[in-house]
Amino acid sequence: MPNSSESAAIRVSLWRRGMNHLVTMAAAAAVLLVLLPLGAIFAYLVYKGVGALNWSFLTQTPKPVGEPGGGMANAIAGSALILLIASAMGVPIGIGAGVYLAEYGRNRMGDLIRFTADVLNGVPSIVVGIVAYGVVVLAQGHFSALAGGFALGMMMIPTITRATEEMLLLVPQAIREAAYGLGIARWRTTLSITLRTATSGVITGVMLAFARVAGETAPLLFTAFGNQYWNWKINQPTAALSLQIFTYAISPFDEWHRQAWAGALILILLIVIAVSALRIAASRGMLKGTS
Amino acid sequence: MGVGIKVDHLNAWFGKVQALHDISMEIAANHATAIIGPSGCGKSTFVRCLNRMHETVPDARASGKVRIGDLDIYNGTAAVTVRRRIGMVFQKPNPFPTMSIYDNVAAGLKLNGFHDRKRLNEIVERSLKLSALWDEVKDTLRKKSGASLSGGQQQRLCIARALAVEPEVLLMDEPCSALDPISTGKIEELIFELKENFTIVIVTHNMQQASRVAEFTGFFLLGKLIEFDRTEKIFTTPSDKRTEDYITGRFG
Repeated sequence: MPNSSESAAIRVSLWRRGMNHLVTMAAAAAVLLVLLPLGAIFAYLVYKGVGALNWSFLTQTPKPVGEPGGGMANAIAGSALILLIASAMGVPIGIGAGVYLAEYGRNRMGDLIRFTADVLNGVPSIVVGIVAYGVVVLAQGHFSALAGGFALGMMMIPTITRATEEMLLLVPQAIREAAYGLGIARWRTTLSITLRTATSGVITGVMLAFARVAGETAPLLFTAFGNQYWNWKINQPTAALSLQIFTYAISPFDEWHRQAWAGALILILLIVIAVSALRIAASRGMLKGTS
Repeated sequence: MGVGIKVDHLNAWFGKVQALHDISMEIAANHATAIIGPSGCGKSTFVRCLNRMHETVPDARASGKVRIGDLDIYNGTAAVTVRRRIGMVFQKPNPFPTMSIYDNVAAGLKLNGFHDRKRLNEIVERSLKLSALWDEVKDTLRKKSGASLSGGQQQRLCIARALAVEPEVLLMDEPCSALDPISTGKIEELIFELKENFTIVIVTHNMQQASRVAEFTGFFLLGKLIEFDRTEKIFTTPSDKRTEDYITGRFG
């Protein structure tokens, strides 16, 4: 009976098509759910913060309570300084450790480092701050940008290490063999072939680590400490955006609350700009190095 | 010019498993020698012992004596020195994916510290001409990445890359097994031309290919060299029963 089997075929294909749409929509809904919080946070920040945002906010230091105006220029500069120190420490150590794990780390030592990195990744940031306090602040006798950078750098290391390792392991063994077959030494192969092949993935890991620590407040409370004035010395207490936001947000003054919102907006924008700039530089091949 | 290879009582292991048993053979200079045999018989391991690639696998080791020309490769010679004199082409084309065509060919020289730009240009051009790829890529040398080429072109790029370091011997480990018949034909023609200047050792699963390109053929079985002779002798009147069984398709 061709008719009934035909209608059965149509029923099956309708069911399949319906199911197909359903699953596609479920996936799209999941994407929306992921994007929604990000969009909501950003929209709320713009709504609350844009009112207090003006040129003097970006160029002036804070004014005493009750005086209108003033800005967070010193905190923006301080954040940049601290993050520079953190990156100078976290990026080379993180990438170096990742290279060791991927290329030479299939042994007990490698397992130990892997375990340590995973544990370090899970340590609460305030504890990292205490360590930096003990190691740098107590040794120097005062708070400093260096101590803040040390704390954030320590937090960057495990993320970068594990990301670098995973990206290097994705590089096919055949690529390494091709280099060995040309008589290229192993260390040269690792640097100029393997690491270069994995560059874009490694950069993603660096960006993740950077963006994560850029907004950290707790590890800076008793390391960088904060500062109402300009500071460019790595040995002096330094303002940071996240610290300034924290201080202003828990204050009782409406003007400070508005400035805290604006500071949060600036912080997010700066992270987006820094991450995009790195991405663009990488895609243009500026970071690929010379071979 | 190519040089001859003399293999003396070569043994190779992966951990505790012995992959090669007491191989001795002499490979003639400026000829192509084919290595045939069923899967897992040690063909690849054998050629990888000739340029000390075998030892890059964890737990792998080899013993015995291999002389390439006047170079005793297992005795007091650094592995990287050996590999610069013995080029290798692998089963699957493996160009460096982030490098341009030019940089792929120049990689072996540049990464060993050779930076004379004028000489590099000449060597890259000559190597690509030798591997019969020049006409297809000369306009996009620095623009296109090595990975953007077709499979057959990629394999010829890998051959050019191996030739650029000016080796005396070229080892080819099933260089055509991932290629279509047209690309295979091109590579076989290439082998014919390269013989004039290089000694070629080619591992192949394809017995027609062995008979087409090689003057000498060695038959491996279970890690042992069963028979080694002129190719037409191996394929017409083999002296060992096992060789005959294999080439007539009775096993393997």
